[in-house]
Amino acid sequence: MSEPIQVENHCIHDHDSTKIFGFWIYLLQDLFLFATLFANMAVFSASYDIGPSGRDFIDLTFVLVETVLLLVSSITYGFAMIQLHRNSLVGMQIWMTVTFFLGLTFIMMELYEFNHLIHAGAAPWVSAYWSSFFVLVATHGAHVTGGLLWMICMFVHLSWDGLNTNNRTRMTCLSLFWHFLDIVWIGVFTLVYLLGAL
Amino acid sequence: MFGRFTDPAAQAFSALQHEPIVLYTVVAVGIIFFLVLVGITLFGWWGTLWRNWITTVDHKRIGIMYVILALVMLIRGFVDALMMRMHQAVAVGGESAGYLPPDHYDQIFTAHGTIMIFFMATPLLFGLFNYVIPLQIGARDVAFPFLNNLGFWITCSGAVLINLSLAIGNFARVGWLAYPPLSEVSGSPDTGMDYYLWSLQLSGIATTIGAVNFVATIIKMRAPGMTMMKMPVFCWTTLISNVLILMIYPVLTVAFALLACDRYLGMHFFTNDGGGNPMAYINYVWMFGHPEVYVLVLPAFGILSEVVPTFSSKRLFGYTSMVWAILVILVLSFLVWVHHFFTMGGGIAVNTFFSTTTMVIAVPTGVKIFNWLFTMYKGRIRLEAPMLWCLGMMFTFVGGGLTGVMLSIAPADWQFHNSLFLVAHFHHTIIGGVVFSYFAGFVYWFPKAFGIKLNRSLGICAFLCWFVGFYLAFFPLYILGLMGATRRLQHYIEPSWQPYFIIAMIGAFIIALGILCTVLQLLLAIWYGFMHKGILPVHENDPWGDARTLEWSISSPPPAYNFAIIPDVKTLDAYWAMKMTGSKRKKTDFSDIHMPSNTSAGFFAGLLSLILGFALVWHLWWLVALSFISIIAVIILHSFVSDHNGYYLSSGDVQMIEDQFTTYLESKGIQA
Amino acid sequence: MKKLKKILTFSEALTCMLLLSGCDIAVLHPAGLVAKAQRDLIVVSLLLMLCIVIPVMIAIVAFAIKYRVSNSAAEYLPEWGESHKVEFFMWGIPICIVAVLAVLSAYFIHQYEPSKPLDLALTDDGHNRLLRIDVVALEWKWLFIYPEYGIATINEIYAPTGQQVSLQLTAENTINAFWVPKLGTVLYAMPQMNAKLHLVSEEDGQFSGISANYSGEGFSNMRFTWNSVSHDDFNHWVARVRQSSVTLDSSTYLALTQRNKNTPVTHFSEIEKNLYYRIVNRCVVQGSQCNEYLMRLAAEKSLWGELCSVFNFK
Repeated sequence: MSEPIQVENHCIHDHDSTKIFGFWIYLLQDLFLFATLFANMAVFSASYDIGPSGRDFIDLTFVLVETVLLLVSSITYGFAMIQLHRNSLVGMQIWMTVTFFLGLTFIMMELYEFNHLIHAGAAPWVSAYWSSFFVLVATHGAHVTGGLLWMICMFVHLSWDGLNTNNRTRMTCLSLFWHFLDIVWIGVFTLVYLLGAL
Repeated sequence: MFGRFTDPAAQAFSALQHEPIVLYTVVAVGIIFFLVLVGITLFGWWGTLWRNWITTVDHKRIGIMYVILALVMLIRGFVDALMMRMHQAVAVGGESAGYLPPDHYDQIFTAHGTIMIFFMATPLLFGLFNYVIPLQIGARDVAFPFLNNLGFWITCSGAVLINLSLAIGNFARVGWLAYPPLSEVSGSPDTGMDYYLWSLQLSGIATTIGAVNFVATIIKMRAPGMTMMKMPVFCWTTLISNVLILMIYPVLTVAFALLACDRYLGMHFFTNDGGGNPMAYINYVWMFGHPEVYVLVLPAFGILSEVVPTFSSKRLFGYTSMVWAILVILVLSFLVWVHHFFTMGGGIAVNTFFSTTTMVIAVPTGVKIFNWLFTMYKGRIRLEAPMLWCLGMMFTFVGGGLTGVMLSIAPADWQFHNSLFLVAHFHHTIIGGVVFSYFAGFVYWFPKAFGIKLNRSLGICAFLCWFVGFYLAFFPLYILGLMGATRRLQHYIEPSWQPYFIIAMIGAFIIALGILCTVLQLLLAIWYGFMHKGILPVHENDPWGDARTLEWSISSPPPAYNFAIIPDVKTLDAYWAMKMTGSKRKKTDFSDIHMPSNTSAGFFAGLLSLILGFALVWHLWWLVALSFISIIAVIILHSFVSDHNGYYLSSGDVQMIEDQFTTYLESKGIQA
Repeated sequence: MKKLKKILTFSEALTCMLLLSGCDIAVLHPAGLVAKAQRDLIVVSLLLMLCIVIPVMIAIVAFAIKYRVSNSAAEYLPEWGESHKVEFFMWGIPICIVAVLAVLSAYFIHQYEPSKPLDLALTDDGHNRLLRIDVVALEWKWLFIYPEYGIATINEIYAPTGQQVSLQLTAENTINAFWVPKLGTVLYAMPQMNAKLHLVSEEDGQFSGISANYSGEGFSNMRFTWNSVSHDDFNHWVARVRQSSVTLDSSTYLALTQRNKNTPVTHFSEIEKNLYYRIVNRCVVQGSQCNEYLMRLAAEKSLWGELCSVFNFK
């Protein structure tokens, strides 16, 4: 080292950007996970066996409401992030609460739909089609539930520590996660519901 | 309450009752485990074990733990191999000819494949990544030290879970990739398949966590000045290998999850009824499985690209070619999976496409061999143990590549498919390519980790045994494959096959001698550590001489913070350049260094995931719920305490540690 | 072409010697047209690649010896690490060899595609009629159905030498692979699927066959014999099978699907019509609906069904 350059605290210097980058990488692998599930859905998209087809059961209006809820929740989360950049803790908490309840309603609707389908004879063990349907939609639902749990944790974090660096990073990651789930849902909506209803 | 334990079909303890081999093994493992516990208690090591190892977030210690896990699993998997070879050497005639009934034999070959790939090769890989990568890129740690610890403990619990099946229940009897419908409830109603699924899911999660970590580490934490094209080749291969992991492990996770849905929830993905399709699983699993081969072999190429230049005292030939070759492999490895089942009757177009892509992938692989060859050309080659492993690898791997291309020709594959020719081929590449290279890396970086080299004569012995043993063990299998012997045969009727199986068995025993030599080497090293009460004195930074990369610029073993001053990189082979320009190591004026704190969250999450897996296997639903909620609770709790994570190592402490090294160097008269 | 054949025979003998073996290596001593082509392909590709692999192996050893550290007479160039000329060859040579092999591979894939009937010259007696055999892999035995003769056997194939055999393969439960090393080409026998394979034997003899895909506990017992005999002997054999007292209908078939390891060679003098079709479509059991019917139904039901349909609706 002829001219050693002092890089102070190299490992924490840009730690937050590393965290966000790491989260992007995590999303990449999650994307592959969903891609496989989508492929799987396509493979079994006509394997109704002796069971009903998707067309017999898909209620597009219901799904449209679900979709709108989730898309709007993405927008409200965006508002929360704007408040974050304005350093307004209260504003952010309000928008987060709105997002949370939109997400919660989405999950409730999904659970209602599952319950309805299973009782109407379109259960996952009926045929490969319904197996793939349930696994794909439920995996997305599980992710959304995870996101909601994360939001609950964030409420606690925010009320304890306010807008410190750690919480800002966490909010950014959660934001990526939430928008990512939205994008995946658009895929689910198109491939499973729209095409399934035809 | 007791789930499947009360179900006689699950045969919870039947192996212990009816298979003396299993009983003795379990008793022996139990005794060893007990002795280790007694030893730790007697020497009072629990405290240090907990503080310095179990809860550590230091990438170097985690790396060492990964390697230890891998070596234990190597022995476990190798014992399976020996048992198979011994069995097949006598199994001519009928089912009762060998000493293993089909039920047991089928478990053994499944265990061998599964354990060697997922619990031997992968942990060894991550051990080397962990130890070497941060040092090579001039970083103080990996990007996410806690995730690193968590990943290790989840891998560990996966390994423990799959080995529990030895004593409680049984191992899967399905071959290492568990093709349905054999792996469905209809084909495997007992617990073996469930152990397989959940332990491999754990291993998959851990591997993914590790991959996120290393991609982030390599992209974001390189020393200033180290651009991508100035990274050592091992970093490149690690990066690509981890990118591959991120892309393929989700596919495996999904495939296993769908199979688990079939088994647990009565769904119909891969069943024969309900519209399921077993071939879908085979496609998914090979979309994972083929790139996985490159996940394993790319870092092996990286190791050779480090070791060969060091022992040839010469720079690597064709660095740019090498990097491009790695990138080409990344892309191509996704386009070849169907060559694992050319025999499904895919039609002309499918077969031609996949046959051609498979051959094309031989090109970048072949280029690497030339790179190393021309690195040796006009060098000064020192035949130390790591270099011998490398030479053995190059020599053997070209042969493995040759048979690989033979298999890639679809019409020829129609004669080789699933025969012992295929078995010989992939062992040719995995032992010749991967294992030899990993051993090269292991021996090469050992002095970096512990300050001393492994015993040289024993090392050369180990190499020779492996080399000779390999050829003896696997060439007969090529011939057997051509004679019409398929893989996974519990017995055969052609007496003309037997001599070849006997030769193969002898080869396997010679490999066993090689492993014994390595164990002896390690025992000598452990004795050395024992003499120093576990606190290893620092040694010179560059024990092999002519090393080229940054890890060799700091003391062996390195201090906890790796680099007192983050190096400034100007060229490829940064440490070599420093030696050439005669730059001096800075001895004073250090600043405080931020260090991450230890955490027990990873250990508990790992332990709980083991319990979760076990509960899932045995249908203990209350325990499933309990452990699942606990895992989430542990992770959430960790997020609440990690805000205050980390501490500063004062400049005075750094000075003290660096002074020790300075004193050592001066006492040896080494200028640095 | 003759010269090539000569080279092939020679290299075959050489390989045989190299492998230190007598001549019982099935794949290298084929008895059928397909396997012979495959043998040639294997030998040619091996030789072609040895042209580069052997020099590389020699170079590895030679460089290690020549540039050893104790040989200070050898040239030492520590900073030499780039040479476009060398790199051109080290990319170029493998590309050339792979190109040749790819062409070879594509040609043979096209020529010997298992589902296509082989290009066979008519035999002396004008026979080029295909003999159809429907193969079902069971646990753990092989069922061979001769639809044209209305007979079936377990673990035994008889086929006239020189007559092309058109096999259709399926499985009842686990995936197996049909392999007669002397005749060539392994093909999977998969449940719900119908894979087609064409083989021909050019020599009389008994060829052992085996399953080439692990299928469970009795997998090692899934051996069968392919007897290649003259037309007269074949007809005698058919007559013999027809005398058997056992017949194959749905109920006997369902009994056969039970797992057992050591099923002796069995002959069935009669077969139920369409049994193979119903095995492939998984509707042997009374009252179950055939897969093909369900797929047609799906195609009518929804867009996805139509997209995934293998039938043409016009």
